[in-house]
Amino acid sequence: MRGMEGSDMISRRDFLQTSMAASAILGASSFGNWARLAAQQALTQDQLLQFDTFGNVSLIHITDIHGQLKPIYFREPSINLGVGGNRGAVPHVTGADFRRLYGIDDGSPSHYALSSGDFSALAQAYGRVGGLDRVATVINAIRADRPDAILLDGGDTWHGSYTCYHTAGQDMVNVMNALKPDAMTFHWEFTLGSDRVHEIVEGLPFAALGQNIFDAEWNEPTDVFPPYTFFERGGVKIAVIGQAFPYMPIANPGWMFPEYSFGIRDENMQAMVDEVRAQGAELVVCLSHNGFDVDKKMASRVKGIDVLLSGHTHDALPEPVLVGETLIIASGSNGKFVSRVDLDVRDGRMMGFRHKLIPIFSDVIEPDKAVAALIDEQRAPYLDQLTEVIGQTDSLLYRRGNFNGTWDDLICDALIAERDADIAMSPGVRWGPSLIPGQDITREDIFNVTSMTYGQAYRSEMTGEFIKVILEDVADNIFNPDPYYQQGGDMVRTGGLGYRIDINQPQGSRISEMTLLRTGEAIVPSKNYVVAGWASVNEGTEGPQIWDVVENHIRKQGTIRLAPNDSVKVIGA
Amino acid sequence: MQLSRRNVMIMGAGAFVAFGLPMRASAAAEDKIAEFTGGAAMADTGITLTAPEIAENGNTVPIEVSAPGAEAILVLAMGNPTPGVAQFNFGPLAGSQFASTRIRLAGTQDVVAVAKMKDGTFARASRNVKVTIGGCGG
Repeated sequence: MRGMEGSDMISRRDFLQTSMAASAILGASSFGNWARLAAQQALTQDQLLQFDTFGNVSLIHITDIHGQLKPIYFREPSINLGVGGNRGAVPHVTGADFRRLYGIDDGSPSHYALSSGDFSALAQAYGRVGGLDRVATVINAIRADRPDAILLDGGDTWHGSYTCYHTAGQDMVNVMNALKPDAMTFHWEFTLGSDRVHEIVEGLPFAALGQNIFDAEWNEPTDVFPPYTFFERGGVKIAVIGQAFPYMPIANPGWMFPEYSFGIRDENMQAMVDEVRAQGAELVVCLSHNGFDVDKKMASRVKGIDVLLSGHTHDALPEPVLVGETLIIASGSNGKFVSRVDLDVRDGRMMGFRHKLIPIFSDVIEPDKAVAALIDEQRAPYLDQLTEVIGQTDSLLYRRGNFNGTWDDLICDALIAERDADIAMSPGVRWGPSLIPGQDITREDIFNVTSMTYGQAYRSEMTGEFIKVILEDVADNIFNPDPYYQQGGDMVRTGGLGYRIDINQPQGSRISEMTLLRTGEAIVPSKNYVVAGWASVNEGTEGPQIWDVVENHIRKQGTIRLAPNDSVKVIGA
Repeated sequence: MQLSRRNVMIMGAGAFVAFGLPMRASAAAEDKIAEFTGGAAMADTGITLTAPEIAENGNTVPIEVSAPGAEAILVLAMGNPTPGVAQFNFGPLAGSQFASTRIRLAGTQDVVAVAKMKDGTFARASRNVKVTIGGCGG
């Protein structure tokens, strides 16, 4: 075999590409079938779970749950622009273009689960998605096929809800432990503060991985977060290497976890891959929270990763993307999807795969009773607070997209009204479920889009020039053509401020035509404006919690009706 | 709504640390390189410079340089007001030609390392390190 290394490499890539083509043609991802099933209104749990067990190893991937224990609505983005080499490449394809690319029929369950367009109507038809009790059913079904399947959690798990905030992540830890993951990596978990993270990690019955989690003082690996762990499954020695979110102390408050340094550290990733291969690993899996474009670049630079399970940017892709000989799998967010990846590992190498992105249609998949009871147990002490109705919405409320979603418009309206400001800024995070027209807005719903450990709403005077510096800085964190300089968030959301952005310009030249919407006047560089915002990464930020600001505003409004927002003009898409 | 002057002041001072545009390499930095190499051509292999893509703290950015067989390695922060960072000299008994240190960056800029090899040739490596406001990641 050794002597055939060269030709063997080529044939292996052919194998993988053939698997990819087969999965698209034969419907291993079940896409073609669903459209017909939709027409018959006959989608069943068995069909969602249908999978011809393949090879000798199964991986189960879930990521970016963001504290969502219960079924929710979640609208995928209608604008998700790629730049540089990723312009027009998945996941930067949305709506009808996405459906054409993957052969998904309009109005089908896959349309609803994977793409934007007609969301409110389809949500009425197909119902909520997610719920960790349904996820448990899917995991149990996969384990029934393959008892030693490996469950991997990509992180952003212990964050994002009322109960998660009030239990400092314990609700999620309790429920996830019941699902029995085999390993995990991290991002928002660190915003619980390093003491709390240590406390939880010490008690975890599975591996807490991060090859790029370093001691900040000595710039060395830590004992708390090992780089990798091994599994023996189906006669195969498997290494799982963790890759935490690289830009934790930059995108989130570093003062909450000062002991740690992160970064991409792809040269260390290569060293870890070489190390596990030298120790006999026949299959190398990377459990990543890099974000999709960063993962693509890392896969092109680091040799020897067979499967890269991608998280952070919340993309849900019905087929793997092949970079070199690395399969990249994107499994969505908020508990909406589970990926199953079956692999054929022979003679020390991965020779083929079968993949399915399983959408968790919560009205179709039966909840697992034990996990449902466990979830309700976590919520019971807070149920009155969670379910209190604050108002109603006549508008679809969602967040995902490169620029303001309607939830962001509502939050910015609340900041301007409640904090008496000219301009509002809201962070371009990608988490937060949607509400459809006619729904009540509960306190839980507000927490689902605002919950964090640094939610204080600041009020500040900034010059027009400085506001531009902020917009330019954040825009470069998303539209820098080199993925390694992208942090994986969306553009900062603004209220009371209009602007034009040319995404293909360099930093400093993207933003123009900044306008104070209240007066219609151009923003004056030297003039001071009162800016209200939240989620500052700086220690000692003062102000009321954002969820209280939003709750007060919604109470006063009663019913939310949002006008269309066309205050951001996007050029170069 | 009660206007709180105190809240305005606190955030005015501390909400964001101001960073401007990427800093261009200064003529002084180019002069330093020319002085070190005597204007000789520089290869782009033979030296490895490791630096974060985005600095976690621009005041203390960890970097590493390695150039097997080098006599000296010059490190420059091309956009800093004083671009010279360090020059590491390796004697004949040096076990390896490797150094790590932390540097301060005034803003987004290129960090450059130039190695002078024993045979009198030169090699150059450059990494762009971004210094950003951050805070809106997802």
